[in-house]
Amino acid sequence: MAKKKTINKDFLISLYSTMIKIRKFEEEGTKLYRQGHIRGYFHPYWGQEAIASGILSAMNKDDYVTSTHRGHGHCLAWGADLVRMFSELLGREDGYCKGLGGSMHIADYTKNNLGANGIVGSCVPIAVGAALGIKIRDENKVVTTFVSDGGCNIGSFLEGLNLASAWKLPVLFVIENNQYAVSTPIESSTGETDLFKRGLSFGIEGIRINGNDVLEVYETANKYIDYCGKNSYPYIIECLTFRKSGHHINDPGTYLPEDKVNFYRNNDPLNIGKKHLTKLAGLSDEEINNIEQETDKVIEEALKVALDKPEMEAKDFLRLVDEY
Amino acid sequence: MSDTRELLYREALNEALIEEMTNDETVFIMGEGIAERGGSYKVTVDLLEKFGPKRVIDTPIAENGFTGAGVGAALTGMRPIVEILFIDFSMLVLDQIVNQAAKFRFMSGNTARVPLVLRTQGGVGNGLAAQHSQSLEAIFYHIPGLKVVMPSDPYDAKGLLKSAIHCDDPVIFIEHKLLYMNKGMVPDKDYVIPFGEASVKREGEDLTIIAWSAMVPKALKAAEILKEEGISAEVVDPRTLVPLDKSTIIESVRKTEHVLIVQEAIRRGGVASDISSIIQEEAFDYLDSPIAILAGKNIPCPFNLNLEKLVVPQVEDIVKAARKSAYK
Ligand SMILES: Cc1ncc(C[n+]2csc(CCOP(=O)(O)OP(=O)(O)O)c2C)c(N)n1
Ligand SMILES: [Mg+2]
Repeated sequence: MAKKKTINKDFLISLYSTMIKIRKFEEEGTKLYRQGHIRGYFHPYWGQEAIASGILSAMNKDDYVTSTHRGHGHCLAWGADLVRMFSELLGREDGYCKGLGGSMHIADYTKNNLGANGIVGSCVPIAVGAALGIKIRDENKVVTTFVSDGGCNIGSFLEGLNLASAWKLPVLFVIENNQYAVSTPIESSTGETDLFKRGLSFGIEGIRINGNDVLEVYETANKYIDYCGKNSYPYIIECLTFRKSGHHINDPGTYLPEDKVNFYRNNDPLNIGKKHLTKLAGLSDEEINNIEQETDKVIEEALKVALDKPEMEAKDFLRLVDEY
Repeated sequence: MSDTRELLYREALNEALIEEMTNDETVFIMGEGIAERGGSYKVTVDLLEKFGPKRVIDTPIAENGFTGAGVGAALTGMRPIVEILFIDFSMLVLDQIVNQAAKFRFMSGNTARVPLVLRTQGGVGNGLAAQHSQSLEAIFYHIPGLKVVMPSDPYDAKGLLKSAIHCDDPVIFIEHKLLYMNKGMVPDKDYVIPFGEASVKREGEDLTIIAWSAMVPKALKAAEILKEEGISAEVVDPRTLVPLDKSTIIESVRKTEHVLIVQEAIRRGGVASDISSIIQEEAFDYLDSPIAILAGKNIPCPFNLNLEKLVVPQVEDIVKAARKSAYK
């Protein structure tokens, strides 16, 4: 259920801190990847920080969340521990999934984070199932499921919408419309690019907002998480946004049109967040700098710790084989 | 020879696509990011420029839907090639492949044909983890009505893809993510490789190693090492698992009397077990040692690279298993 939060200085700072933490985490992760410490897929969340920060700060910790292949931001905004996040990316045993899952599968089932997922859309029915459990157990909780524009075209998403409405379940569908699925622009993959309208034919209301404005995201989320919980019914928030780079670290994203890249560079969620801190919370540039430096320090220290963590030993791994 | 040149596996596949799309206007291709971007593994580069957006189609992320569309187009006179980015995602299209495409010819009393090629890519890569590293050929191998093709080098890739496009039945064409950048000689002139013909990749006397897809280059490396130890290994690549060239396999086993089957897929319920049972039935009297199987471990693929190496056969594992099987 939605938290009642007054939008005071501390809260604005916490929204911004989460965003800057995600940005810097992805920056350090990218460096590690380039140095060969991280392998496999790495889909940076940068550019979309306002969505994870705004939506998830409106939820309670006993609610549930499901994520996507681009999931670092969701985990961090949900309160993930930096050492365990880095450890997972590095394949270390101290990571959230003992180094067995990696970037695309980070989850924390002990904290109701049902995890990132390598299969586009497959988290959506899973979120619906979590909400079904909530309803059966008569609990006052909400499930938020994240999906991007590409994921809005797959059966899992559409079936999930219908199930949530048919069974009247408290699911908040958050569409992070970054307008691209890898290199495919949204216009070429659907005839209806107002993605929140996907819900209308299932009797689910929705709204489109500026996904780069953390305050707008938070306030919308706060309102509709409350709506989902109170009415035991789904809702869709479509957050318009853009990736800050290619699809994954090795994709230069040369296909992204320059005007859009520039537009979103000028509307970077961090800059918008900074404006809120200046205008609404009255913070000076120096105070904002201090927040950033503090985050730098925390990230640096976490990374140092993670780099010293061991990997799972072969004999321990091989023992697992018997269980499957 | 002047009439062959060296190509990458992905280039050989690309050539087959270009040749077949040039020869037959009913051939078209669709998949995610295959047109504008030329595919994640660059197999479909230049196709959009050459054949235009009607025949080279970027799809939404809707695997079940566009595979079904492929089945429908195939039933009505087209020869679609559907690309599923990872074989792991082919699990989303099992109804269209298993219940629909594989059944129509039979259920219609042979009046319907489904000349569909499902091109996909499997196997362990480098840290792609449990949902992007599977070898799932056994699932398709199990279904009557499907052909299952797994080329191991550029020459086979081109010749087999051309046959797949010519085939009037649905073909599951499984590439391997670690083979795309491998080189090999490919003739200039047009050729096809018929289904059901195994390839003896290396001749030998002491032991038959049966392997397919990415296990073939590994088996060939192992054979080099074994040679230095005085063990002469024959490497047989069935190339198409359905139809399976039993006679080449049996002939080799009769000669060497020892056999090791190497598969990347997990052991349980795998194709290796089935090949083993065929050899046991048809060449039992010739065997001088138990049929050995070296396969992936019965566990999802871990992300951690050092652990990943443990779950699929490596060259050293093949060498060890071969020594044991050949009693040397
Ligand atoms: C079912 C499925 N099909 C294809 C893929 C390969 N793939 C991974 S991410 C991606 C693009 C997803 O686009 P979108 O849903 O818009 O998410 P974004 O990358 O923009 O966050 C694709 C096609 C996949 N992981 N799962
Ligand atoms: Mg997208």
